[in-house]
Amino acid sequence: MNHLVRRISEYLAGLIFGVGLIFGGMTNPSKVIGFLDFFGVWDPSLAFVMGGAVIISFLAFRGAKQREFSLFGRVIMLDDLKSIDLRLVLGSALFGIGWGLSGFCPGPAIASLGTGEWKVFLFVIALIIGSWVAGRLQLRTH
Amino acid sequence: MTIDWAHFTPLWSSLGGLLVGLAASIFILFHGRIMGVSGILGGLIRPLKGDIAWRIIFLSGLISAPIGAQVLGLMPAVEINASPIQLIIAGLLVGFGTNLGSGCTSGHGVCGIARLSPRSITATLTFMATGVMTVWVVHHSGFGG
Repeated sequence: MNHLVRRISEYLAGLIFGVGLIFGGMTNPSKVIGFLDFFGVWDPSLAFVMGGAVIISFLAFRGAKQREFSLFGRVIMLDDLKSIDLRLVLGSALFGIGWGLSGFCPGPAIASLGTGEWKVFLFVIALIIGSWVAGRLQLRTH
Repeated sequence: MTIDWAHFTPLWSSLGGLLVGLAASIFILFHGRIMGVSGILGGLIRPLKGDIAWRIIFLSGLISAPIGAQVLGLMPAVEINASPIQLIIAGLLVGFGTNLGSGCTSGHGVCGIARLSPRSITATLTFMATGVMTVWVVHHSGFGG
């Protein structure tokens, strides 16, 4: 029973996340590019998505930091890496280039698979290959 | 910088943000995990026994949202202006970069900033900066397609 509740809650978290991305406009790459278009006609909407999300999660993480186990009795996994290294910066820089080029980051891209649009599948397959290559080279910090 | 008032949707975007934050909160408070999509997907690309089901279930929930919205006739347009070649290059960069940088917009941009992680703040500023530069190159510099 507890197991089933946990599974349902994992599913609902994904669903709520996806609905949030749709409401927020993040499943539309053209709108995402509008947000990154500081030097053109700028659409600041996505700053509100991030702002809203950060405010709510800030409270949740404050609670989580004071606990060892989650409400379902799982160990709370917060990595405490502090080092800002080349991998972090280079990886994020490359990610940003791909994000700006396509208007897709991983969450909205995977959600948009649900639209059945073939171009989304093309992007996600390339994303999986890119991630696999990086994993294969074992470049990550952890 | 001019603001695109016609397409600026602060209320819907704030509501969307609150839902994204709610999902991230459920993940950390109930499951003890950070809701970072690139990491959750990465764990399926190189799977470890006993660490697979929750990832598939979460991602299924994520994919269900547009399916449900389409069934209800409420799914907004997905306008992809990039060419297939651009999408492949972009996908490779996003996959490689988020693996190398240990996170994307959800893990670093939302959860990391919410916990005031210096690494995530650095990552977010970096991908925002290169994202803005890329859009400038593609759409305004005269070099892009």
